Amino acid sequence: MRELTVSQALNEALREEMLRDPHLFLIGEDIGGPGGMFKVTQGLLAEFGPQRVVDTPISELAIVGAAVGAALTGVPVVAELMYSDWITIAMDQIVNQAAKLRFMTGGQVSVPIVVRAPTGGGLGMGPQHMQSLQAWFAHIPGLKVVLPANAADAKGLLKVAIRDPNPVVFLEHKGLYNRTGPVPEGEHLAPLGKAAVLRTGGDVTLVATSFMVEHALAAADELAAEGIAVEVIDPRSLRPFDLPTVLASLSKTGRLVVVDEGHRTCGWAAEVVTAVVEKAFYDLDAPPERVTAADAPIGYARALEEEVLPSRAKVVAALRRVLGLPAPAPASAR
Amino acid sequence: MPVAESLLVQMYERMCLIRAFEEAVADLYRRGKARGSAHTCIGQEAVAVGACFALRTDDYIVSNHRGHGHCLAKGMDPGRMMAEIMAKTTGYCRGNGGSMHIADVQLGVLGANGIVGAGLPIAVGAALAARLRGTQQVVLCFFGDGAANTGSFHEAANLASTTKAPVVFLCENNLYAINTPFRSSLAVENVSDRAAAYGMPGLAVDGNDVLAVFEAVGEAVARARRGAGPALVECKTYRWLKHSVMTPLDTRPAAEIEEWQARDPVVRLGATLRQSGEWAEEVLAAEPKARSAIAAALAFAAAGAEPEAARAYEDIYA
Repeated sequence: MRELTVSQALNEALREEMLRDPHLFLIGEDIGGPGGMFKVTQGLLAEFGPQRVVDTPISELAIVGAAVGAALTGVPVVAELMYSDWITIAMDQIVNQAAKLRFMTGGQVSVPIVVRAPTGGGLGMGPQHMQSLQAWFAHIPGLKVVLPANAADAKGLLKVAIRDPNPVVFLEHKGLYNRTGPVPEGEHLAPLGKAAVLRTGGDVTLVATSFMVEHALAAADELAAEGIAVEVIDPRSLRPFDLPTVLASLSKTGRLVVVDEGHRTCGWAAEVVTAVVEKAFYDLDAPPERVTAADAPIGYARALEEEVLPSRAKVVAALRRVLGLPAPAPASAR
Repeated sequence: MPVAESLLVQMYERMCLIRAFEEAVADLYRRGKARGSAHTCIGQEAVAVGACFALRTDDYIVSNHRGHGHCLAKGMDPGRMMAEIMAKTTGYCRGNGGSMHIADVQLGVLGANGIVGAGLPIAVGAALAARLRGTQQVVLCFFGDGAANTGSFHEAANLASTTKAPVVFLCENNLYAINTPFRSSLAVENVSDRAAAYGMPGLAVDGNDVLAVFEAVGEAVARARRGAGPALVECKTYRWLKHSVMTPLDTRPAAEIEEWQARDPVVRLGATLRQSGEWAEEVLAAEPKARSAIAAALAFAAAGAEPEAARAYEDIYA
């Protein structure tokens, strides 16, 4: 199968959906000529023109607000915000407007928008560019929250998010844009609310989101050398969340580790652990573990950023704890 | 632009309807017959009617928290509006929204809004979508003097102007943001002065003169429709009652309130029409006709059922 980068896969999804729906338009900062900070919209202005690729002033609130307004008249929109940290500027339009308009109007309207934003840390850009705020959005009824972890899902999930009549917050990890992966030719769709079991195993269930999937698969490889079989599950969408797939895995393994790049307190990993404890307490053979960003801002210096963010080593350490294995020797801890 | 007297009579009837509706709403709350809050527009009827009568039927409006007048002026049914305020399933929003969220998307009313200023970028997006679909529709966006100080106003005005979106921003300046005078919130004389900063025409008119509103908005709408971009029309007016039915205090000077009550926009249009004599019968009948329409609306609302609790989980996702 051909290989694409995540950026190329997202670009292909946008282009195909714009060809499919002649009214779908894109709106955001610097998305025209330059094709956005991560080149996801490259070439689309030239192909579709300025009414369908709307370059805007730096006005996050108006970008999302305009998307909501168009959607109310039945025109779907993909809004791009340059960094997910800046969604905070547009929160009213996402939380008070997009998420609630269908309900507030008694079902008269739907709000078919996708708010795309690069998310996550690792690039050393400091506290206002490196956050993972997915839990904020997953908290709000009326929103859907999607985080792809590979090129095929990036394409398939974005296409489905665009066709979804509800507002979707679509968070693309910055560490993924240049990662390549196989993407099927032609129409490729990936459902929201259906987890992907990326690796099967009977010893421990490892749930990981977005770029954390990469750490999870590497950690599973590492433990495989010791004869431990890790089942790796990527939920792909946090809302709706495919809890049944996690519970089915847990009934087999009895052990759970959740990896998410959001902060620990009130984070998405806490939600998964709570849901599992409520539904499957007696399946658990050990206390579940969370691997998350620490409760600290993402510092600029490498040592600070690495201290706070999850890593392969931290995932391995958590897996060993829930399995009751001794901690790895210090040499392999980094 | 000469305006047919028959149209003025329709405007007068609609203004009477809004006045009677709002009096009934205030009365419902005084008697504890509705929950939460509502914001009445008594005294501001000429703005809603003058502006909406300048629209094509398929044009859109975006309203705000003080939106009953806008909705009625656009042609919404007072019975279903009253039912919404009384939280009945027969209301426009099935009791999910209440006074601050009344909408009728079929009629082009994209919704009132509980967040001051939030409607402005929504209006710009609806306008961009209309242009993309090539429908020649225009979006009329009502907002207050208070909203003119939100970041949302400035972002929306700039985005509309740089994209030449077919939207008309209508500032209903009732001189107060709750109890804060607009003079202490704006460093310029008029909200419409700010239009210059965004490269769009700005015009301030007497918001208690329905004809002045109709003409100013009509011109702005025609301009937007022919692709010349947005405009800002400011209508100076006054609300007779306090900010909302549950606001504890009204600190505005009593003499000022009386002064504006003497400039009643409904009485003013009625007097103009009576001068000509030709429509005397209709003018005389307008107020009782409005009262009986509102009595019917109240009866319709009272007859509606309250939602079952299980409805709390409906209409969240499409």
